Amino acid sequence: MVLNTNDILETIKMIQEENLDIRTITMGISLLDCIDSDIDKACGKVYDKMMRLACDHVKTGEDIEKRYGIPIINKRLSVTPIAMLAAAAKGSPVKFAQTLQKVADETGVNYVGGYSALVHKGCSAGDRELIESIPEALSVTTKVCSSVNVGSTRAGINMNAVALMGKIIKQASEATANDHCFGAAKIVVFCNAVEDNPFMAGAFHGVGEPDCVINVGVSGPGVVRAALAKMPDASIDEVADTIKKTAFKVTRMGQLVGTEASKILGVPFGIVDLSLAPTPAVGDSVAHILEEIGLESCGAYGTTAALALLNDAVKKGGVMASSRVGGLSGAFIPVSEDAGMIEAVERGSLRLEKLEAMTAVCSVGLDMIVIPGDTPDEIISAIIADEAAIGMVNSKTTAVRVIPAIGMKEGETLEFGGLFGSGPVMPVNKFSPAKFISRGGHIPAPLQSLKN
Amino acid sequence: MRAVVAVIGKDTVGILAKICAICAEGNANVMDVTQTIMQDLFAMTMLIDISKLSEDYNTFADKLTKAGEEMKLQIHVMHEDIFNAMHRV
Repeated sequence: MVLNTNDILETIKMIQEENLDIRTITMGISLLDCIDSDIDKACGKVYDKMMRLACDHVKTGEDIEKRYGIPIINKRLSVTPIAMLAAAAKGSPVKFAQTLQKVADETGVNYVGGYSALVHKGCSAGDRELIESIPEALSVTTKVCSSVNVGSTRAGINMNAVALMGKIIKQASEATANDHCFGAAKIVVFCNAVEDNPFMAGAFHGVGEPDCVINVGVSGPGVVRAALAKMPDASIDEVADTIKKTAFKVTRMGQLVGTEASKILGVPFGIVDLSLAPTPAVGDSVAHILEEIGLESCGAYGTTAALALLNDAVKKGGVMASSRVGGLSGAFIPVSEDAGMIEAVERGSLRLEKLEAMTAVCSVGLDMIVIPGDTPDEIISAIIADEAAIGMVNSKTTAVRVIPAIGMKEGETLEFGGLFGSGPVMPVNKFSPAKFISRGGHIPAPLQSLKN
Repeated sequence: MRAVVAVIGKDTVGILAKICAICAEGNANVMDVTQTIMQDLFAMTMLIDISKLSEDYNTFADKLTKAGEEMKLQIHVMHEDIFNAMHRV
């Protein structure tokens, strides 16, 4: 036989026992040609265009799953930042959110991303309106995700937007207090947001992208951990090498699925996001990989170094496996979506400060972190500012997705269910940054921005 | 177009016969068969030609999976490209 039996069995084992899957196929759709000064007309055009391009998206995903026997967990859509459409149209941008929800319901996709605004250097028409409508938009829809870019290495950090986002996150959480505060889980605040990210909640379709494109996000923390479990006494060099080889295999699969989907749908293939995305399922945890490398518990000293090694090896292995790499590309560390992270928080070894350090060496940022519901707005803003500063100075994407658990205190647990898992309410430093946040203004772009 | 049929589980009488019958019914030509015992597990992999399938690929794959469940075996039907992608540079 041309194929090796061991290779076949290895692949099946990865899928069956080690939770190997394609995390998402995301179709990016440009809505620039749907701009209209009449908001109802604009929504009509958005609906028509998205339905035309995405009506077979879910079915195509399912057919590919069947043909290759590989699970594709999410089929998603991302669109041009809605603030650009809101800029031209009079009326509440929430109408756009409702249109996106309708498209999501009718096409059967899991999420639509792009209720977004890019305000790293300042707000233009439509941006502020859209940002202020986020809490309402996320409470009247279930499948729409929102993101706001507040900083970049090139532009510095827009501190007015940072101050505003602290309030917006809190309001989104309050508006969905009866629904596990889920509104806040659908907002990401970015620094250096990327235009071709297939992952939620931060996906949007950048203006530099083609009219329609297919992006793929792979996963596979379980596979990496299983590979490392077979070599308990190997040196760090060998660990890095094994992660590289595993990442190569995982990414090749993403490349295959992306190419196939693009062929069937007649849409150009965009990128593979070289990611290690955990789920709450047993054995599908990034924290457990770090522990497999040799830490008693994620969060112990050594965690940042181990994560840096993991993140780098994933990229090195993946880069050769794919013709086009992009998106966020790196290991994710969302607390509530990672069984190992949750355990580490509960046993007291992982705190916000350590998570912040970890975000300097991996993709993306403080992700799915539950904080006490009475956390003041300015503290949330200051968390965003710190995270954006790390991104700005290191020329990398960073993000904040925190969920103020309304009515809950430290030590309690907020349950989301499904892929989003559950999150222990983590303590935050209560000393006030109010003065710093209330100053407003702009943190100038760092010296790193002057590359020309 | 070729697909791999992988059968994993406890060895019993008539596995090959049953699977081949389903392949014949769907007009899939069996090109190669290998069989090994791995850690007390019966593992058979089969390469079949699916370019002249007389039925829909999904229906065909479902039939095999269902036959597997009846015989208490795991049967996976996967297009060969996935293995070429993962294990060949």
